[in-house]
Amino acid sequence: MTGVVSARVPLWRDVRVLKWALQLAVVGLVAALLVWLYGNYVENTAEQNIPTDLGFLDNPANFQITGNPLSQNAPVRDALYEGLLNTLRISVVGVVAATLLGTIIGIARLSKNWLVSKLAAVYVEAVRNVPLALFLVAGLLVVVLGVFPTIQEAWDLGGLVIVSNRGVAVPWFDGAGYGLLMFALVGVVTGLAVARWRRSVSDRTGALARSGLWAGGALLLVMTIGWFAFGYSWTLPELDGRRTVGGMRVDPSFFALFFALVIYTASHIAEIVRGSIQAVPRGQGEAADAVALSGFQRMWYVVLPQAFRIAIPPIGNQYLNLIKNSSLGAAIGYYDITLVAQTTVGNGSPAVPVFTLTMLLYISISLVTSVIVNYANRRMALVER
Amino acid sequence: MRGGPLRQPSHAHGRPTARVWLRRNLFRTPLDGVLTVVFGAISIWLLYKTLSFIFVTGRWDIIRVNLRLLMIGRFPEVHVLRIAVTMVALAGWVGLLAGFVRGRQVRSGKVPADDRFTLGRAADIAERLWLPAVVILLLLLLSGTPGPWITAGLGVVAAVAGRLIGPALGRQTFGTVATAALFTALGAVPIVLYFYVVTAVGFDDWGGFMLNIFLAVCSIVLCFPLGVLLALGRRSALPLVRVVATAYIELVRGAPLFVLLLLANVALGFFVPDTLAPSTSTRAIVVFTLFTAAYMAEIIRGGLQSVPRGQFEAAKAVGLSPVRQTGYIVLPQALRNVIPAQIGQLISLFKDTTLAGIAMGLFEMLNVSQAITAQEDFRGQGLIGETLTFTALLFWTVAYTMSRESQRLEKRLGVGVR
Repeated sequence: MTGVVSARVPLWRDVRVLKWALQLAVVGLVAALLVWLYGNYVENTAEQNIPTDLGFLDNPANFQITGNPLSQNAPVRDALYEGLLNTLRISVVGVVAATLLGTIIGIARLSKNWLVSKLAAVYVEAVRNVPLALFLVAGLLVVVLGVFPTIQEAWDLGGLVIVSNRGVAVPWFDGAGYGLLMFALVGVVTGLAVARWRRSVSDRTGALARSGLWAGGALLLVMTIGWFAFGYSWTLPELDGRRTVGGMRVDPSFFALFFALVIYTASHIAEIVRGSIQAVPRGQGEAADAVALSGFQRMWYVVLPQAFRIAIPPIGNQYLNLIKNSSLGAAIGYYDITLVAQTTVGNGSPAVPVFTLTMLLYISISLVTSVIVNYANRRMALVER
Repeated sequence: MRGGPLRQPSHAHGRPTARVWLRRNLFRTPLDGVLTVVFGAISIWLLYKTLSFIFVTGRWDIIRVNLRLLMIGRFPEVHVLRIAVTMVALAGWVGLLAGFVRGRQVRSGKVPADDRFTLGRAADIAERLWLPAVVILLLLLLSGTPGPWITAGLGVVAAVAGRLIGPALGRQTFGTVATAALFTALGAVPIVLYFYVVTAVGFDDWGGFMLNIFLAVCSIVLCFPLGVLLALGRRSALPLVRVVATAYIELVRGAPLFVLLLLANVALGFFVPDTLAPSTSTRAIVVFTLFTAAYMAEIIRGGLQSVPRGQFEAAKAVGLSPVRQTGYIVLPQALRNVIPAQIGQLISLFKDTTLAGIAMGLFEMLNVSQAITAQEDFRGQGLIGETLTFTALLFWTVAYTMSRESQRLEKRLGVGVR
């Protein structure tokens, strides 16, 4: 006990100094690692005369994307763009289908019908524990090449869909490019506006809102106008000897990827939906019963809206997984960004810039998706005091 | 209940009769009846198809002939004994650890000390283990050589022996030095076994299901410390550390594993000097580790957030240093709370090891199951269904067993229940 109170804390015990020292050490370590990696990279590429810039984007791609009119001589840039579109295509279609299937199975798992709930449980437990890659291989090699018939004996489903091991041909529209997509967008905006108007009318007068019906009607109306304005028409697929004409032919690789992603993701979404429905307080369902809603009404108006509020964040995660998993399509020849990147690297583009670009594209898609999901989550979240 | 009978059925308390059960569970309403009939027909058809595939139409010769390739790839014949020894030793080690942990739990009063081997416990163990046991038996039957049988038999003996010795080991009190030596020895077992196998054979000849399991186990063990550090970093009060950890986690989570594997396969060589250029298996392990660490960090962060503030404050109040607050008070609770999620991540990593075959050409099981359909004897016979079914069965068994054990653990730990 000297009784002397030191006015200054020694440097090595000063919390502020320690904090900054620790941070600088971490940042220094990370920076040193990055510098070392980058130095190696520069050295190795210089040794082998590999360019490190993005100049390769202007070189001709020298490969043909299946089912795409893009010329072989088009620059790599355009090929990557087409690959990005393909990734978006499979993602959008896959997300919609997986959500539908997953929701149905999730609800079925809670069915009071013993058989239905057991079947749904078997589906979920069987699919969840098997690698996605296995479904992908099975989708292509077993379903498309094994089960589907040859083109000579193609299954003709009511003249609408033609199924063979060359792919699945579905009805599609003829017409100019993205015109209809624009009208769909306008239609969605109009629909939302109409829905909002209906809700305000309902709030004022107490009349039934039926905003869903109105919005759907508005969307349909706008799309119909667009359809005729642009002179669109349907074409149905037809067998013409050893190929199909008309409609749109869905490539086997697309079909297999779609099959695998939807089957696999639906099993995960089903579990989320089940958990979310179970998380809705029991009293809600009982109250719906008490005011004599039918089983469907109880689900649709009372339970599901509350369940989806709980389910949005985890389902959003599944969407992100699905988008990232779609890169596996490269393994079975679906020309998404990954396969385009792989092919162009095989044709001599520098690997590191190509894959870095690919990864940045995926990260951007992920970010945009999570922004959308977060927006939906905020909109749906209970407004609390 | 809507649509149900108004008067209370007289047998409400006993087991319902078959007719009542049917009406309650299958034919509650007309719509329900239709559903039952439709799905009944579908499930009978599926069941018929599955059974006839397994017992009649399936040609399983391809599996029997290639079982070894599917399980251990092109592992050199002379060194297969090492795998057998390793498996027996690991079985004994796991049994020992289980017994040790159980003994400690009994002594600390967490579990009732009924060490008697009752019928109830036997039934419990049977219920937990019957599925993997059946699958292992199936593999043994398919193998047709005595080696795997002997290995499996010795493995079971070693596991049971370890389980019986374990509690005694925990009960004995040795000196500090002896205890430390014992723990070190126990901890060193897997590492010694690892070198025992790896130094003899190297990585390049690993393959089959063994490679899948090996990749998954290595990556999960390696990613765990990194994940903990990243999680702590992301919640750190130091802004620069937080930024670094967050950036890493978000960037890795935004990129697909498949593309990372491709990148590692073609481009990892650019980033390290030639002398360090790793083998393909090592690359796969590096990618799986770095990738899973980001997800693990998010899981552990969830665990950290679930620890009540009071715990931090109490640790501070008794004057623990920040490192000890974290190591002794916060982390143990945080990790315990997210054990099920961690096992879920382990399962998904285990399934993702198949990507190493597709992206890097490693000879793991999915790759083998495709490759063997191109063998001379089996080419062009459409046997991919059989090989994929077999592969799916093994993956499914391991993943399903793990997820069931995780649910059990969740119940036992009483997560969310205090």
